Amino acid sequence: MPLAPLNEAIAEHVRDGDTVALEGFTHLIPHAAAHDLIRQGRTDLTLVRMTPDVAYDQLIGMGCARKLVFSWGGNPGVGSLHRLRDAVEHGWPRPLALEEHSHAGMAAAYAAGAAALPFGVLRGYRGGDLPPRTRVATVVCPFTGEELAAVRAHRPDVGIVHAQRADRRGNVQLWGILGVQKETVLASRRAIATVEEVVDALDPVPGAVVLPSWVLSAVCVVPGGAHPSYAHGYYERDNAFYRAWDEVSRDRDTFRAWMQRHVLDTEDVAGYRASLREEVAA
Amino acid sequence: MPATADELMAVEAARRLDDGSVCFVGIGLPSLAANLARRTHAPGCVLVYESGTIGAKPEELPLSIGDGELAETADSVVPVPEMFAYWLQGGRIDVGFLGAAQIDRHGNLNSTVIGDYDRPAVRLPGGGGAPEIALGARDVFVMLRQSPRTFVEKLDFETSSGDNVRVVVTDLGVLEPRDGELTLTQVHPGVDPAQAVEATGWELRVADDVHETAAPTDDELQTLRGLRTKGGR
Repeated sequence: MPLAPLNEAIAEHVRDGDTVALEGFTHLIPHAAAHDLIRQGRTDLTLVRMTPDVAYDQLIGMGCARKLVFSWGGNPGVGSLHRLRDAVEHGWPRPLALEEHSHAGMAAAYAAGAAALPFGVLRGYRGGDLPPRTRVATVVCPFTGEELAAVRAHRPDVGIVHAQRADRRGNVQLWGILGVQKETVLASRRAIATVEEVVDALDPVPGAVVLPSWVLSAVCVVPGGAHPSYAHGYYERDNAFYRAWDEVSRDRDTFRAWMQRHVLDTEDVAGYRASLREEVAA
Repeated sequence: MPATADELMAVEAARRLDDGSVCFVGIGLPSLAANLARRTHAPGCVLVYESGTIGAKPEELPLSIGDGELAETADSVVPVPEMFAYWLQGGRIDVGFLGAAQIDRHGNLNSTVIGDYDRPAVRLPGGGGAPEIALGARDVFVMLRQSPRTFVEKLDFETSSGDNVRVVVTDLGVLEPRDGELTLTQVHPGVDPAQAVEATGWELRVADDVHETAAPTDDELQTLRGLRTKGGR
């Protein structure tokens, strides 16, 4: 499994209409990969993620998605995702279908997908108004008779994650807050990992996960590829960016102009980061 | 400087956390309250954030539940499926904090939509961890500013169940379930029970023994004000 440029990996492995999960629980969010999906004009995607944040706000606002499968869609610590809200409340730029779950349900669905089981099981989805509006069923425990919730396994066409580093053979190592990235990679038919750097050897790190190269379709070296999210041990979360996004994303024209300047008019993550620095300097 | 409403809420919630209790904490007021408790009467309070950090001891308050500070100071960092399956569903959480956009008299919460689900006036972020926190934590603490728009007769959407809600700390006082209905049991200094009744969209019951919250101590306020958010303004 060779190291590949990100734009080539996206072009080869992600098709219009695919179900795509770009995961990351606040940490290690594959923002650069989301930007390449936007630059390449991918459309009709079903986007899956526990915590859609700014990256998904951008994909949705640019019209790349027809459906969102999720459990919490907000700007953490800041407030709403305005592009997500605009799509749900007003159908702009296009209507967005929702399949909504709880975190526990999403996590169980990914774990089931990774294990090649048809469904995940949990004690959840009891009462309330969500169960009739989402894809959940009840199963009875064959041993105790307890009624439990069953969620259909997630089997995305493509799973995309960001990690700290890879070795030259394409084995990928990540640590810090791990989210559901391992489950996402193992549940997906094809998987892409972007990494901060390539090293000769993956020295052990406490709590680290290693994804062997043979479970990945492509590994791409993208330093800074999580920004404005962070890569533990490399750079911190850009909290100021998340706060500023609230204002940028509130207005359709401001959002479009921002995406034009910083994503569509740039070629890659280096160009994106440079355009942000120019804006700050101006 | 006298305590603000947010400070009163944080202090009151913090006082209700026992030393050694395991708390599932969200961002904002719950994180403030739990960190205050840990720095005052409950140094053994275990802070669990749903990002998978168990026993986090942040120096500065995180902006998001996944800030690096939490992982660096945690006793253990576990993947998210494990967090919900082994730790929450496994019955290892004593107190789960929740907020919401709406609450009803039974402590049921809405954090999903205002208006109709299919054509919402306001699409809110959604339940996230709340539905299973509400079921899986032994005690649920709710922190919510009180107004007729928030404390409603009927929820627009029921995101999580009120069955395990033990206390609702508001900017005006404290509500606790009595005979299956949230009842005003405490008012903050200077607040008249009538104000709390007026700020509630249902006919709020007032306990016969309603009493006043003890004013925050200097130590509580100083500690609280010493906590700042990472990258904060």
